[in-house]
Amino acid sequence: MAGTTNRRSPWLIWAALFISIGFSYFGAEVLPKWMLEYPRAWTPNFQKSIDAAMLWLVDDAAIGPLSFGEVTRGLAWLLEQPMELLERLFAEGFEAGDGSASRQVFPPMPWTAVIAIAAWLSYKVGGRRLAILITLCLLYLVLFGQWESSMITLSSIIIAVPIGVVAGGLLGVAAYRTPIFEKILNPVLDLMQTVPTFAYLVPILFLFGFGPAAAIVATTIYATPPMVRLTLLSLNSVPAETRELGSMVGCTERQMYQKILIPSAQKGLMVGVNQVIMLSLNMVIIASMIGAGGLGYDVLISLRRLDIGSGLEAGIAIVFLAIALDRFSQALANRPDPVHRAETTGVYSSQNVLAAATIAGLLLVTYTLGFFIPAIQTFPESWTITTAPFWAAMVSWININLFDYIEAAKTILLLNVLVPFKAFLLAQPWPWVLFLLTLSGFLLGGLRLGALVAALVLFILLGGIWEKAVITVYLCGISVVIAMLIGVPIGIFATRSKRAYLVVHAVIDTLQTLPTFVFLIPVVMLLRIGDISAIFAVVSYAVVPAIRYTAHGLSGVKQQLIEAGQVSGCTDVQLLRKVRLPMATPEILLGLNQTVMMALSMLVVTALVGTRDLGQEVFIALSRAEPGKGIAAGLGVAAIAIITDRLLTAKANRIKQRLGLE
Amino acid sequence: MSRKETKLLCSKVWKVFPDSAGAEFQKLGSDPSQEEIKAFEAKYSAVFAVQDADIEIRTGEVFVIMGLSGSGKSTLVRCLSRLIDATSGKIQLDGKDLLTISKQDLVEVRRHKFGMVFQHFALLPFRTVLGNVAFPLEVQGVDKEIREARAREVIELVGLKGREAYYPRELSGGQQQRVGIARSLAVEPEIWFLDEPFSALDPLIRREMQDEFLRLQSMLNKTIVFITHDFDEAIRLADRIAIMKDGRIIQVSTPSDLVLNPADDYVAEFTKHVARAKVLKVRDIMASVNPGGKLGGDAIDGDLSIEDAASHLRNSNNPRPVRDQNNIVVGQVCWDDAVDVLVGQGG
Repeated sequence: MAGTTNRRSPWLIWAALFISIGFSYFGAEVLPKWMLEYPRAWTPNFQKSIDAAMLWLVDDAAIGPLSFGEVTRGLAWLLEQPMELLERLFAEGFEAGDGSASRQVFPPMPWTAVIAIAAWLSYKVGGRRLAILITLCLLYLVLFGQWESSMITLSSIIIAVPIGVVAGGLLGVAAYRTPIFEKILNPVLDLMQTVPTFAYLVPILFLFGFGPAAAIVATTIYATPPMVRLTLLSLNSVPAETRELGSMVGCTERQMYQKILIPSAQKGLMVGVNQVIMLSLNMVIIASMIGAGGLGYDVLISLRRLDIGSGLEAGIAIVFLAIALDRFSQALANRPDPVHRAETTGVYSSQNVLAAATIAGLLLVTYTLGFFIPAIQTFPESWTITTAPFWAAMVSWININLFDYIEAAKTILLLNVLVPFKAFLLAQPWPWVLFLLTLSGFLLGGLRLGALVAALVLFILLGGIWEKAVITVYLCGISVVIAMLIGVPIGIFATRSKRAYLVVHAVIDTLQTLPTFVFLIPVVMLLRIGDISAIFAVVSYAVVPAIRYTAHGLSGVKQQLIEAGQVSGCTDVQLLRKVRLPMATPEILLGLNQTVMMALSMLVVTALVGTRDLGQEVFIALSRAEPGKGIAAGLGVAAIAIITDRLLTAKANRIKQRLGLE
Repeated sequence: MSRKETKLLCSKVWKVFPDSAGAEFQKLGSDPSQEEIKAFEAKYSAVFAVQDADIEIRTGEVFVIMGLSGSGKSTLVRCLSRLIDATSGKIQLDGKDLLTISKQDLVEVRRHKFGMVFQHFALLPFRTVLGNVAFPLEVQGVDKEIREARAREVIELVGLKGREAYYPRELSGGQQQRVGIARSLAVEPEIWFLDEPFSALDPLIRREMQDEFLRLQSMLNKTIVFITHDFDEAIRLADRIAIMKDGRIIQVSTPSDLVLNPADDYVAEFTKHVARAKVLKVRDIMASVNPGGKLGGDAIDGDLSIEDAASHLRNSNNPRPVRDQNNIVVGQVCWDDAVDVLVGQGG
């Protein structure tokens, strides 16, 4: 059965390609205009409807005596209170009086105290190595003058993460309890993860106003989905017997969760917590567009001023903060399993008392010393260092000396690859694209997938964003091809030796902790604004999954098969071509899928450097505060993402089945 | 064997997966034919995991349900303990219908009357041995001191004294299952379910644990439902065995009866390789007393296995009398009969 489809597909693909090329040459002359350009008259103007609905929601909709807008503003106020408290505690100190008459009545936590407590806690959790790593990360923040901004960012993380964890955990439990809810929740989560963050910034601005609260809401929306999924996953992977044990000893439902399910799922839940932290940090810069201060704001400002050096330093500060929080939460999640002791009672409580006493002691000492020696309280500005002048010098050097070469390379690439490809895609009549995609959906996943794909393509058409979507596909397509061309060989290389594996992993781990905006800094620096810069930035961000999944797929091939190949006398190259790569294909396809997802999410950010795709639409919406435009474009990106994801996953599953991997 | 009262009764129990097919099943009538079942399974992509199961478990007996994987034995025992709901049929505990009692009553029954040992132990890795064993009592809300005292008692009973503060990970497989056993006994259950408790253990440990099980049962005298896929284990431990295949119970009888009168070829396939001398009792091979014949020597206990009786029978030329529990002669047996069994021909 599978055999026949496989014999047919190559012909189908060649035929489709042939027709498409035909369209790109003769389409303009042969086809009626409505096929080439989707008529505006056929689009229900739902962007305007969304705008109207938003206004109605904020101004007229009411919950009881309060208008909806008042409720959300009230929520924002509630969120701001702990946020302000933390900011004062960590960064600004407590003040009395207003305006110019205000004076500090109590200083913020001394930097020495924060570092000492962090070092002590990380030593407790993860030993000396972790303590050193975290201390170094924090020292960077101090030395490069990023301390106050970092502490503001840290405060927003401290507020956003628990909200995301609790909300995600509760949703996950609800989905676990009621399968129907899971069915409803799944597509919502898909959307939350594929709609670019920018798309919902405007509605959030409408509802919560400009400020840290809106930033926290946006961060939570972005960071919660993995917590939901991981909660569900880890609850589902509690062994059936363990749940049966709970039933057999007569647990009530509450006892079941409290005493059996949640403790058993703890490791998975901690991975979820870690994910929430990392994603919250990813959002730091974007959140600063709607009112978050701190490091994100610093990066954004320097990006706007093209002050590469400061942007880089603040960006790296985000990375170091991310690394510190990531390693700390991972160490917390992977604490060694408990070992028996002579007598267990009372040990934990006395440990907690000890911890509290140590922290209180450290605070007391640093505050007191800080009173006498100000440098212990606040790191003196004159001691900080900055590399900004160096970067500025380097940029101008490059621009003076290498400008011609870079420009030439850019032009060649543009004229020979980018422009023809873009023209080719834009020349395709939309009914043909609709037909092709629906057909692939149908062949790969049956009627349901075919219908889903058709509906999503129609959504893009009806939304009136067809052309921008095609340009998105063009940018994304080229970036993904380049990312795969770079990533797959590196992935193969990584499986060649243990050392190569470690090196490659260290590199991609770092790449993955970098906030998306940081990729823009060198790009703008070297390549200026335009499609090439966008592609460059997207590739450097999206190459990670290409490498990771290739390496993972190759090293996952069963030893037995490799030995069978070796016994048959395969050379290394033959082994790779005839055994390992074919077996790893499904995994590599999933890597391709992830690459596409990451490329799409990065593309929106690259609209900052001047692309003309859906990302640009989102930005225009943001600057004009038109929620409808932003949401339509955002959903358009999500539609592209979901189509790609479903088609590639279906294909990967096909291959897996054929290889007997499932 | 004296007839004891019924503890757990299960009649006409069916279980159809998935649950959504259950409603359709009701339309099928009470006694569908194999063809009807096949057609139903194909139409609703359903599986009949348990079909028309009738069993009766008596107080104080070890009732073994034996079947290969996929035979439905685990599903049946989960129906009995109501871990899953049977699609149709009746399950009675002490004459009370288990399927219709309220949720609260069911929790009470589970807390006080049921104990269960699991194939993969189902120990909570974040609790110590003591915490695991005391867990069922903790769920009931028993005071910490009382429940820990009781837990220590059962831990000692299963021979793990001194390991109370260990975590499951620090114990061997056999020890872990001892913890599982201790935990299930902590509440002094009336019915003890053991779901393939020894399958995950190495053969040598398995044997040791079977002995341990027999030792415990000789002390505690519980009503036991024991699931296994290992026929030898079933023969060794059971008072009565139910053999399952493809969701149906093929035969329910004592080990020796199974060996002597297998219901069909499938059962015979299992019994063929059994060491009969261990299973068969003297009673099973004795002849009726020949009125004129000479009987020599002391009477032999009819409940001895042939293997154990062999040494007594050796060198006696004449048939020996066989007695029952009340010392009444009920038959006779001679050396040749025993030899036939020992070399694998008789019985």
